[in-house]
Order: sequence, then structure tokens, then C-alpha cells
Amino acid sequence: MSSVNLPIKSIGETPLTAEGTTFRSITETVSRVTENPAPRGWWIAFLMASSFLGIMTMAIGYLFWMGVGVWGNNAPVYWAWDITNFVWWIGIGHAGTLISAVLFLFRQKWRTAINRFAEAMTIFAVICALVFPGIHVGRAWLAYYMFPLPNEMSIWPNFKSPLIWDIFAVSTYATVSTLFWFVGLIPDLATLRDRAKSPLRRKIYGALALGWRGSNRAWQNYERAYLILAALSTPLVLSVHSVVSFDFATSLIPGWHTTIFPPYFVAGAVFSGFAMVMTLMLVTRAVYGVRSIVMMKHLELMNKIMLTTGSLVGYAYGMEFFIAWYSGDQYEQWLFFHNRASLDGPFSWAYWIMISCNVLSPQVFWFKKMRTSIPVMFVVSILINIGMWFERFVIIVTSLHRDFLPSSWGYYKPTLIDIFTYLGTLGLFFTLFLLFIRWIPMVAISEVKGVLPEADPHHDAHASHDESHEDGHDEAVGTPAIVAAEAEE
Amino acid sequence: MQLFSKSLNKLPIIAGVIGALVGPVVILGVWYYVTPKNFQVGYAPTQPVPYSHRLHVGQMGMDCRYCHSNVEKSAKAMIPPTQTCMGCHAMIRTDSAKLAPVRKSWETGKPVEWVHIHKLPDHVYFNHSVHVAVGVGCKTCHGRIDQMEIVRADQPLSMGWCLDCHRDYKPNLRPKGEVTNMNWTPEMAAGWAPPDNLNPPTHCSGCHR
Repeated sequence: MSSVNLPIKSIGETPLTAEGTTFRSITETVSRVTENPAPRGWWIAFLMASSFLGIMTMAIGYLFWMGVGVWGNNAPVYWAWDITNFVWWIGIGHAGTLISAVLFLFRQKWRTAINRFAEAMTIFAVICALVFPGIHVGRAWLAYYMFPLPNEMSIWPNFKSPLIWDIFAVSTYATVSTLFWFVGLIPDLATLRDRAKSPLRRKIYGALALGWRGSNRAWQNYERAYLILAALSTPLVLSVHSVVSFDFATSLIPGWHTTIFPPYFVAGAVFSGFAMVMTLMLVTRAVYGVRSIVMMKHLELMNKIMLTTGSLVGYAYGMEFFIAWYSGDQYEQWLFFHNRASLDGPFSWAYWIMISCNVLSPQVFWFKKMRTSIPVMFVVSILINIGMWFERFVIIVTSLHRDFLPSSWGYYKPTLIDIFTYLGTLGLFFTLFLLFIRWIPMVAISEVKGVLPEADPHHDAHASHDESHEDGHDEAVGTPAIVAAEAEE
Repeated sequence: MQLFSKSLNKLPIIAGVIGALVGPVVILGVWYYVTPKNFQVGYAPTQPVPYSHRLHVGQMGMDCRYCHSNVEKSAKAMIPPTQTCMGCHAMIRTDSAKLAPVRKSWETGKPVEWVHIHKLPDHVYFNHSVHVAVGVGCKTCHGRIDQMEIVRADQPLSMGWCLDCHRDYKPNLRPKGEVTNMNWTPEMAAGWAPPDNLNPPTHCSGCHR
């Protein structure tokens, strides 16, 4: 009986963890980040991030005090940076669920190295995204109107409007991904609890670990729960950004009114999400020395996904032009050929930034040398983040600024408050992220242990045992028992 | 190692039940209690002049439109000017202490500062004339004014309350001649049927402009 955990040597697969990785070394590498005092670099980064968070708070406070007039949005560009940022952040939040749920169901074991990281990033990105619908409504204290709450005015949100679908899609997504993330954390929080020296730390992690003891029965229930949550979140990967795209696709604005939007948005979301995971992972990996767990192999696989989704997005860009031509709709043709692509268009600079960052830059990943070069992938991942922001900007602003009435045409310029709010959400994101790195195991300890060759229960001949087994766990035992044994140490 | 006492085992269940209840209870509570039905109905401020509708309308039988004379023509029913009061009180009860503010207003030209009771938000454009013209009785919204010594708010005037009637107006209509009749009941109009074709607006800009 061969195992799904073992690399298939005949097709050139290698183990998912570095040579010499043991159960103990994984626990040590990951846990000590939360146990040792934070390095100076962490404090510098945290100070910077929280300063930006402060800027965001002030920008939003000013917005509430003065009204949405402090933003650059004005007729006919009623949506601008606010919704651009919302869609950008929600898109970034897609990698987490894709990695944790879809790749889990497809038995892509390499996900274990990055799933915790990506899920955390998802939740923080969704939090950043949720800032914008709340503050863009003009009278933020009435933002609860977005929810279908019974009230004496007998008014309800318009259930025929995609904006209310959006509320449900995004809040479901936030709930399910948080739940999924937390369930995945339980065994690792128990590990931290058992390693904790101070009573307070033991109590806090103990409360969060929900009394986890690592018994066989607990593991069985746990894995079933994880599977169910994975199955629940898988449709969300497709649904959330499809619904976000309906905000545009169900309207009649040329450039928005397009049937390709749902799949195109989902591909773009996964694309930008992976790029953001990559950017953060490269930095964290270098700083905290988790190279033995997050290997070049994982990074290369992520680059392949970015190449795929980037090309899908490129196909969608091309298809928009084809349909504009093929439909014979002169408004749509004018929008795509003149307004976006032609250099006469006032926002063509944004369009061409988008094309070069999203379509051209990931093409370098066709070459293995580029796929495995850290500087190249770092630069490309940042370019993709920029490009995907511009994609939303191009969709929203270029479509709006030239509407059907030439008399109402305008141009859009962001104000300082727009810029501060956007940079501020980056601050919010990195503040949460740095806190996560500091206090929570950034790699799923128990899951990575599960992909070690030693974790493979088998009864066949010991043919596969010519691999090195440093820590001497030669017995056929499953992960649960081992984790439990280690928790007792 | 036992980190927490055994009694905490019930905590997740208790917290779960409370957590699941708090949201709905707050929403239902706000929905039911935080409405003009509780905060507006019964509002009866002291007016600068203790004018009695019970005396003028109920006992002496004055028509609403004698004082609120614009009600058929304009959006506002109009609070009568001092001149309307003085039309009678220049000759009747000229030395009444209760009427002192009215006489003072007459002499100085400064209007009596009546306290506004039936207030609508600024973004609501209510029009009296159209409602009177189709046969909505004064009583429907203002109650038995003819029995009030001091005027009090009788109906919530909330948006849901407006919409209830706009969605089903027939029970609240009466023959046009009976609009100001405080004693009118539907039984008094046997054989009369409210019109079918009014189509009162229920879209936003019907009332909000």
C-alpha cells in the first residue's frame, strides 16, 4: 500500500519538507517565533504599520466629520478609490480559501506549508475590504441600512440588487474563513499551551485551544470537521468574487455590463491573492528562517498558479475586446478601443500599467530559472499587486468617467484623504499581520507533520525506508498519536 | 495539567446560547419599541396659550378650516395667525387672562410661538391638500381633536404607518364632504364606495425629494 504522503520518485517528486526535518524541529521552528521576544525588526515594522493605521483612523474620522466630499468622487465618477480598494482587498482575500479548502479537497499536500499564512492573510484582507462599504455610504451611522433588519419605516434593502447579495456573500465569506482558520489552529494552539512557561500564557492559549488533548477520538472529529468546513468554503471561492462582479455586471454601463465578469473576477482574485501571499511569505521566510518548511518547491508551485491565473486574466482582457467588436455595440467599442486602449483616452496610462503588470510580468514564470529566483518572484508579486489594483481602477473609473451624456463627462483625481485611507488600510492589514506572526503559529504545525514521511502509517515492506529517518520514529504510527506524544513532553 | 476548573465546561454552551439570543433580541426590541408609536404618540406640550379644541370644535362646532384655512389648498394646513383669533376675541372675552399672549401679539405684531406637535423629518414632503382632496379625514391622522383640551399626537406618523395606508387606502377614505366631520363613521356612508383609481405612491420619491 503506497501512501499519498510519499513523493512519487518515478516522476521526480521530492519530499515536501527539507532534508533533516523532524517532528521536533517543526514544533521548535514555528513555536519559538511566538515564544522568543520579538526581534527589533518586528518592532520597527509594527511601529510603521500601526502609524499607518493611525493615519487611516484620522482620515476616516475626517471623512465622517466632513462627509464624502473630502474624496475625489464626483459626478459622473461616483465610485472610485473606495470601491477599487474594496474589490482589491476582497480579491487578495481569495488565496486563503483557495489554498486551504480547494487544495485540501484536491489532496495537494504542499499547501500545508503556506495554508495558515494564507488563511490569516485572507481574514485580514477581508477586514480591510469591509472598511470601505462601511465608510463609502455618506452617512456611516446609517450603514446598518445595508442589512435586512425589520424596522418601523417598513424599508428593506432591494433584494433584486447585487449590492445586498454582496453583503451576504462577503459576510458569509468572512465568517466561514474565520471559522476555518480557527478550527485549523486548535491543535497548534494546544502545542503552544503545552510549551507555555508562564501561567497567563498557558491560560490564554489553553482557553483558545478549547481543551484539546490530542486523543484519537478528538483527531477523528477534528478531521471530519475540517473536511466539512473545507467543503463549505470551496463554493465560496467561486461565489464571493462572482457576486462582487455582479455589482458591475448587472448594470448597464459599457465596460461593466459583461457576462465574462464572474469567472474573470475569480481568476483575478486568486491571482492577486497568491501574489500577496508570495510577497509576505518571501519576507517572513527570510526573516524567521522557516525555509526548511516553506521550500523553493512551494514557491515554484505558487508561481505556476500565478502564471495560470495571470494568463486567464489576460484572456479575459482580450475577450472583452473581442466581444466589444463582435457585439457591434458602439458605446462598448468606444469604451474599449478608444477610451481604454488608445493613448488618446484620459486613463489609458492606467490601462497599460494594468496590462504590463498583470499579463506581461507573470509570463517570465514560463522559465524555471525565473520561477525559482527569489528576487524575480518578489518583484513580480509586487507588480501583480499593483496591476490588480489598477485593474479595478480601470474597470470602475474609466467606465464611469465617460457616460452616455457627453455633457456630464469628467475626470477623476484622488484627494489626499483618498490616498491616506488607502495607505491606512495597508497599515491595518500589516498591523494585524504582524500581530498574527508574533502570537500565532504562522505555519500549521500539525499539518506539516502530517506530510513528513515518518507520519505515514503503512504495513507494507520497508522499501520506502531508505529515506533518512533522523528522529528514529520507525514505528507505523499516525500523526495524531505523535502530536499527542509530543504534547506531553 | 488541569488549567481551568470543571465548572467552566458549561461556559461554551451558555455563551453560545446567550450569543445566539442577544442579536435577535436587540433587533426585535429596537424594531418593536424604538418607534414613534412609543415616542411620538401622546406628545402634548404646554402651549403659550391654553387654547382648547374641545371648547371651540367640540362644544361650539367650529369647522377645522375656519382656522386651518389653507388645508385644502397647500401643503401646510397652517397655524392660524393672531388676526384669526382676534376676529372673535376683539369682542369676546377681551379681558381674559388666558388670552393675554394673543393680545400682546396683536399689539406688538410678533406671532404667538405655538409649539409644533406633528413634526415630520425635513426630507419628508407631506402635502395636506392632496390628502384632503381625496377624502382622508382630519381625524384619521390627528384623532378626536374635538375632545382634546390640550392637543396631543394621536398617531405615530412613522414611515411604516404612512405606507400602511398608501398600500391599502380604502379603509381610511370617506366622502369628501365629511373630511372635517369628527363624528363620522363608515356606517354613515352606506352605499358610498371609495374610488379604485387613486394609486398613492409607494416609491421613494413619492414623499422624499
